[in-house]
Amino acid sequence: MTRTAILIACGLIAGPILGGLVSGMDRILTARMQSRIGPPLLQPFYDVAKLLFKESLVVNVWQVFCAYCYIAASSIALVLFFLQSDLLLILFVQAVGAVMLVVGALSSTSPYSHIGAHRELLQILSYEPLLVLVVVGFYLETGSFKLTSIYAWREPLLLKLPFLFIVLGYVLTIKLRKSPFDLSTCHHAHQELVKGLLTDYSGPFLALTEIAHWFEVILLLGICSLFWATNWFGMAILLVATYFLEVLVDNITSRMNWRWMLSYVWGVGLTLSLVNLIWLHQG
Amino acid sequence: MQAVKRFINRMRSKSPWLLHFDCGSCNGCDIEILACLTPVYDVERFGIINVGNPFHADVLLVSGTVNHRNKKVLTNLHAQMPSPKLVVAIGACGLSGGIFREAYNVVGGIHKVLPVDVYVPGCPPKPEAIIDGVVLGLQKLQRLHEQPSVEKEA
Ligand code: SF4
Repeated sequence: MTRTAILIACGLIAGPILGGLVSGMDRILTARMQSRIGPPLLQPFYDVAKLLFKESLVVNVWQVFCAYCYIAASSIALVLFFLQSDLLLILFVQAVGAVMLVVGALSSTSPYSHIGAHRELLQILSYEPLLVLVVVGFYLETGSFKLTSIYAWREPLLLKLPFLFIVLGYVLTIKLRKSPFDLSTCHHAHQELVKGLLTDYSGPFLALTEIAHWFEVILLLGICSLFWATNWFGMAILLVATYFLEVLVDNITSRMNWRWMLSYVWGVGLTLSLVNLIWLHQG
Repeated sequence: MQAVKRFINRMRSKSPWLLHFDCGSCNGCDIEILACLTPVYDVERFGIINVGNPFHADVLLVSGTVNHRNKKVLTNLHAQMPSPKLVVAIGACGLSGGIFREAYNVVGGIHKVLPVDVYVPGCPPKPEAIIDGVVLGLQKLQRLHEQPSVEKEA
């Protein structure tokens, strides 16, 4: 009982703290790649703290509801991850949050917010099937959807599921809103999109969506860590390398349109996952 | 309570997000504002981001003169920013109308329609001066919040 409580508390605290640090590192790395100095490491926390204490201007009350639902869903997903629950359940709880964010954006009348929301829906459409296929890969190899048994597997899953790891890389790029898949909202697109999906969230509610995003990032990095769960050292190297690659890809590619995203991600992603799944089945 | 207030104030001065509105400037000032974001000046060091969205912005940078056409847009943008907010007028045009002040359609400086917090003179001002203007504005904001009487009035 106390163990459960401690794990829940860990999930709730680790999500925002690690997420904020990862996001701060991300901003510094990006700046260095563009030969800038970049903000301090704790900048994301400053931003969120400032936003939390700004005046709340609400376009539509549904947006408030949606922002709370988004953060609730993403924090529950991370807590379930810490509780070593069922991977499929975690995916669907996370999906509820993602959809609530879109619903909130659609409840305003701003055309930018609508464009962002539609693009976000297409992004969800592109990555959800792949994420499910990755989980199916785990199941075929370990025979269980339970995180406890996946973590307890005796050899690193990366050796058996290399293509599925690449597929998860695509998912991560879309989920982190990195180029070339940063269609729905990003800091660099304000000429064409303002802030897309997040245009009409402001003040404290923008802060909530940001914290919820940190929960999601940590959840996805957690899923990445399943690929090398046998020792801490390998896991850390895998995560750092993956995140570094994400930032690198973000800086060397440009934003593409949703048609390209859908055909490319489905084309490459589905092929790679099928090859990997068939290989597993044969082996 | 006092500590919390000081904390909030510090956070505010550490993450000022900008909204830049070109209110009929000759583009000279705009180029200088955007120069602040380049690797040479890199204002992201101070947490400054150019957000381009009034809902997210803390500081409104206005360059150029106000005319009868765009004064509505300007007041609208200002109204859409959640407080606390700052207005910084950039360049000779933003201060007084500059070389355009005699034109038939020109209302004059930004202060004719909005309460301006900081004036940054120059034609165009250097990027350093613009950064300095934003910093001065943030200090003013902090002072306002540290005096309880002023806050009550507001
Ligand atoms: S102050 Fe000078 S540079 Fe700036 S908008 Fe006016 S004329 Fe152009």
